[in-house]
Amino acid sequence: MKVTLKLYASLGQYLPDHAEKNEVEVEIEQETSVEGVLAKHGVPPEHCHLVLINGHYLAPSESAVKTLKDGDALAIWPPVAGGKK
Amino acid sequence: MSWTQKVLRVNLTNGTCQSEPLNMEWAKKYLGSRGLATKYYTEECDPKVDPLSADNKLIFATGPLTGTAAPTSGRWTVITKGALTNAIACSNSGGFFGAELKNAGWDMVIFEGKSASPVYLDITNDQAELKDASAMWGKSVWDTEDMLRAARGDNDIRCASIGQAGENGNLYAAIVNDKDRAAGRSGVGTVMGSKNLKAVACRGTQGIQVSDPMKFMQATGACNQILADNPVTGEGLPTYGTQVLMNVINETGALPTRNGTEVQFEGAADIGGEAMTTPRESDGKANLVSNAACFGCPISCQRRSQMDPNHFSVAGEPKYHGVEGGLEYENAWSLGAATGVNDLEALTYCNYICNEYGMDPITLGTTIGAAMEMFQIGAITTENTGGIQLEFGNAEALCKICDMTGLGEGFGKEIGLGSKRLCEKYGHPELSMSVKGQEFPAYDPRGIQGMGLTYATSNRGACHLRSYTVASEVLGIPEKTDPLTPDGKAGLVKAFQDATAAFDAAGICIFTSFALTLDDVAPMIDGDLEGDWSSETLMEVGERIWNLERKFNMDAGFTAADDTLPQRLLKDAAKTGPAEGKVSELGKMLPEYYELRGWTPDGVPSNETLSRLDL
Repeated sequence: MKVTLKLYASLGQYLPDHAEKNEVEVEIEQETSVEGVLAKHGVPPEHCHLVLINGHYLAPSESAVKTLKDGDALAIWPPVAGGKK
Repeated sequence: MSWTQKVLRVNLTNGTCQSEPLNMEWAKKYLGSRGLATKYYTEECDPKVDPLSADNKLIFATGPLTGTAAPTSGRWTVITKGALTNAIACSNSGGFFGAELKNAGWDMVIFEGKSASPVYLDITNDQAELKDASAMWGKSVWDTEDMLRAARGDNDIRCASIGQAGENGNLYAAIVNDKDRAAGRSGVGTVMGSKNLKAVACRGTQGIQVSDPMKFMQATGACNQILADNPVTGEGLPTYGTQVLMNVINETGALPTRNGTEVQFEGAADIGGEAMTTPRESDGKANLVSNAACFGCPISCQRRSQMDPNHFSVAGEPKYHGVEGGLEYENAWSLGAATGVNDLEALTYCNYICNEYGMDPITLGTTIGAAMEMFQIGAITTENTGGIQLEFGNAEALCKICDMTGLGEGFGKEIGLGSKRLCEKYGHPELSMSVKGQEFPAYDPRGIQGMGLTYATSNRGACHLRSYTVASEVLGIPEKTDPLTPDGKAGLVKAFQDATAAFDAAGICIFTSFALTLDDVAPMIDGDLEGDWSSETLMEVGERIWNLERKFNMDAGFTAADDTLPQRLLKDAAKTGPAEGKVSELGKMLPEYYELRGWTPDGVPSNETLSRLDL
């Protein structure tokens, strides 16, 4: 299935070269968690502060268990958009 | 202590400048800047005064921390009755002017009356004199600053001035200092222009004394460390500026788009912080050149931009080809998403125009957005606009209208009325996205419920800087709350309002509050001033300021009926995003808010509340 991965600010460096405007469509397996998507793209979880799925907030503690559905948009910002080091 | 204990009273009618002692009893109760100047203003002006009459007064004020070694101490405030709103106006600016004024030995300048001809106030430390500004009248902010420096033969002076907008009756003219820092909102520049006061030029070399230097420096050192360690103030704002918010708020489904008809803008990624750092296709260079800082600021969130010299808006206009003040989030939103324009260079140009001619970009962009909607439904035609196709998304029309508005020409004169008066004139008052006559900024209350209550109750008309609940509802500072529920927002808004008033009154930037609490700020004030300051006393000062502003507005004729939102936000549900199907639930929040404030169900501060706050 396909989801849209959006990585902003300094996380943009982890997007593949063909990404445009900080987003890219990616293919993932069924039941893939948010953490799984991050691992596949080499995004350090500790650099992910604000995580939105279709615009809805996801608490950091849920990223290992929350699975994505076909067509979901996963948008992530580093701690520069809130949070503490 | 850091107070110079001197107020400069400038009578523009008589042409006199006099020094008088600062009221230290009031300074203890209202701290400074926004608080103390509002106390002075409300004591001296009739709430029903016509903002553009000689009887209205205009106050430039510093806070106790302004100009000191405290982080972000460049802030200064303009207090008057707003030309746009007829409510209390409090516009806050950064840059270097405020610190220079304090270093010249003045805590505050009170302008009263009206000059018969254009003048500027020339300050060199204790010396202050009104001088002829006839040669500067009709000039831009940028040209005026250059002329003042040439006249003084001193490049180190700091200036605050109005541009053409402040002279030609534009109702949201700004007072701009250091060429691109502005006391922008509510039409404070319009009031200044109505007094024939073009500028203030200031040179201050006297230094500032604090009451306990060791205590003060320990406290400022601690605050600087907290700001450096915090990811928002230490990394996010320096690198991306406020523009990091564009994609955040769009993704959250709270980016008011095309005059609030939608809550997400398909062009957001083209005009946000990431876009500013991406090389342009046209010339391979990025819009953003660097960041920059105001006086004493370790955050450095300012944007410095350089446009593509071949962009249609500036081709053949070399004065716009250098490095100038770039887009902040609110400006990129109002000039962009609110008008449906996704041309980053065009928005940068319009932002320059706001600085050059002296206009509030939030009200300018949103008023153009309202005009575009009226053009779309046929209420405004090319006969009104002078042939301009004022359609959503038309970047060339946007640039042209901004030029015309700054100069007060053609249809630009009508855009200069602000959206409330413009929409009333063309028979569609419901299309003005404003509260108390002032347009709301870049957060849609359907997607961030706390901001609906924030806008509805803001004393200066709709504003995000009175209680930035976005910090909690979206960014999780100090703790995450759900943006889609009205529950708990009354208390959140009240707490943000009171704390923000205290930060403003202290003379430091509200952006420090992403990292600092009043527990961090209080020791700085305690080392700065005599007295016993704590976070509790600062919150009490903040609450007192809020109620003083509220009382002035009630006496000016505002009622609870004005604590509302445009019908669009209350009745037309968001079409997309997380808030799809939702409207602002203001009606659920407002009664609880009044109760928490100690106000009557009609929104009037009760006698008990006024007594408790010694008002």
